[in-house]
Amino acid sequence: MTAPTVPSASAPAALRTTGVGRSVRDSLVITKCNLIRVTRVPGMIIFMLVQPVLFVVMFSYVFGGSMQIGGTTDSSVYREFLMVGIFAQTVIFATVATSAGIADDMRKGLVDRFRALPMARGAVLTGRTLADLVQMMVTMVVLATVGSLVGWRIHEGALKAAAAFGLLLLLGYAFTWVGALTGMLVGSPEAASSGGMMWIIPVTFISNAFVDPGQMTPWLRHVADWNPFSATVQACRELFGNPGVRTSDVWPMEHAVEASLLYSIVIIAICRTLAVRKYRNATS
Amino acid sequence: MPVAIHAEGLVKHFGDVRAVDGVGLDVPRGSVLGLLGPNGAGKTTIVRMLTTLLRPDAGRAEVAGFDVLKDPDGVRRSIGLSGQFAAVDDYLTGRENLQMVGQLYQLSARDAKARAKELLERFDLAKAADRTAKTYSGGMRRRLDLAATLVIRPPVMVMDEPTTGLDPRNRLALWGVIQDLVKSGTTLLLTTQYLEEADHLAHEICVIDHGRVIARGTSDHLKSQIGRERVEVVVHRRDDIAGAREVLTARARGEVTIDDHMRRLTVPVTGGARLLADVIRDLDERGIEIDDIGLRRPTLDDVFISLTGRAAEADEPGDAAENDQTEDQPVKETVK
Repeated sequence: MTAPTVPSASAPAALRTTGVGRSVRDSLVITKCNLIRVTRVPGMIIFMLVQPVLFVVMFSYVFGGSMQIGGTTDSSVYREFLMVGIFAQTVIFATVATSAGIADDMRKGLVDRFRALPMARGAVLTGRTLADLVQMMVTMVVLATVGSLVGWRIHEGALKAAAAFGLLLLLGYAFTWVGALTGMLVGSPEAASSGGMMWIIPVTFISNAFVDPGQMTPWLRHVADWNPFSATVQACRELFGNPGVRTSDVWPMEHAVEASLLYSIVIIAICRTLAVRKYRNATS
Repeated sequence: MPVAIHAEGLVKHFGDVRAVDGVGLDVPRGSVLGLLGPNGAGKTTIVRMLTTLLRPDAGRAEVAGFDVLKDPDGVRRSIGLSGQFAAVDDYLTGRENLQMVGQLYQLSARDAKARAKELLERFDLAKAADRTAKTYSGGMRRRLDLAATLVIRPPVMVMDEPTTGLDPRNRLALWGVIQDLVKSGTTLLLTTQYLEEADHLAHEICVIDHGRVIARGTSDHLKSQIGRERVEVVVHRRDDIAGAREVLTARARGEVTIDDHMRRLTVPVTGGARLLADVIRDLDERGIEIDDIGLRRPTLDDVFISLTGRAAEADEPGDAAENDQTEDQPVKETVK
């Protein structure tokens, strides 16, 4: 090993970016690294893609035909109804990976390195959530393809469809921050993944994703109507022109697009603030 | 000489445990300070406070002229931290790891790339540059980790147990690198549980125990504190211990310590080799057969035992807070 010379500290010139510029730049560096990581663990990508496809097939062929949507039990109507639910559930499931990944990062020495670098404080978490968002986009493309094979269609034009995908990704992104926060709190990737399922199952099932809340008992129907998850599902059904748009006088159901946006933005604002604060003060 | 690291009255609690209890230290620019202490003594906690990873409960510290609480980013721009566990991303290649760190040190993408290439060559990692760090050996990971801390050529380096877990050959190689760094003007704060390492690398040593500095000085100074050279005799027959003791008491100055089981007697002396010859003659006259005899210079081990009443490697069950950090992780690292 030759001697590593250590000349003056000024050597490679540091970019004196500060504030937002630095924050964006650092986040993108971390995003890129996280995406490289994903390509090095191909098993993860396959699992990420197979799971939602499995859901589509299971739900359409097991439940389809026995579910009444819009006054019909026609299984092709249920399949169109179902797809938005699967889209939304899939972006929420991504949270588990975020949460476990961040818990794992925190346990390793790598986070100490990041925290001792003159980088933006939120960048490690932001980079991670952005990388997860990119993966979500890939999953959406695959799912949409599978969906069109089982009969799902866009009825309201490309612009509204794009808006619907936008809402889905925004919801998914909001929940990656829930994942980031829980990942910071639980401290172990194992707890993060099993703990994640504990709230994801009720959130996605007590909703309009797979059944018509009109058939639920009143209190459960109330929960489903106010569930942020339901708002996005309702908004997307409207925008795609899919069957099963719920008629309800509850505000988030009547103004689903606005409600979906509002919920997602509030979730990001709260969870990001808490997660970054937690990261800054982390002692592990 | 200007001071690169200055700390006073640092305190940190973890629950009921006072992990660091009023530590002050000064490291002159261009010198090496060794923090020596057993597991759980508080070394890592001190390092974490100085590198802005942990907020002290009390006290203040400046690193490279920046206050760790008021200007943490200033500190971060001036230090390279090498923690106990190689902080590299397993799924990135060596090159990608260094480029990432370079960019996070706010180098431009091009500068980060050039610097990564340079460091990979210097640290003998050029051939493995495009393999993921997961495939690296322990020594290679350490070198990559060290390279990452040198991306911006920091004026102050902080290394927490840099050679823990390395085999002797890699340890020696790393010592070489560290010495070269110091030669080129880097200030270094180093923690270690290996007395030999502190002796070898540090200009000055702080002995840490239970979160306090219990002694400080150069290695020679510390050794001279516990005194002088000693004569150590191992007698062949257990029955001769009493006789040998009389001989030593007459010749030496100080109390004779006896290890019955090993049939070993130790006593502080002055007079060096001549005295040793006298002792041998006296023993011979009495017909006491000896297995071994020698003049021993004090080691840092002796310093440690005399200061703390126990050997340096001894573990403190009470300091669970820090032990959790120091002991859980290597297991996990090796499992992977």
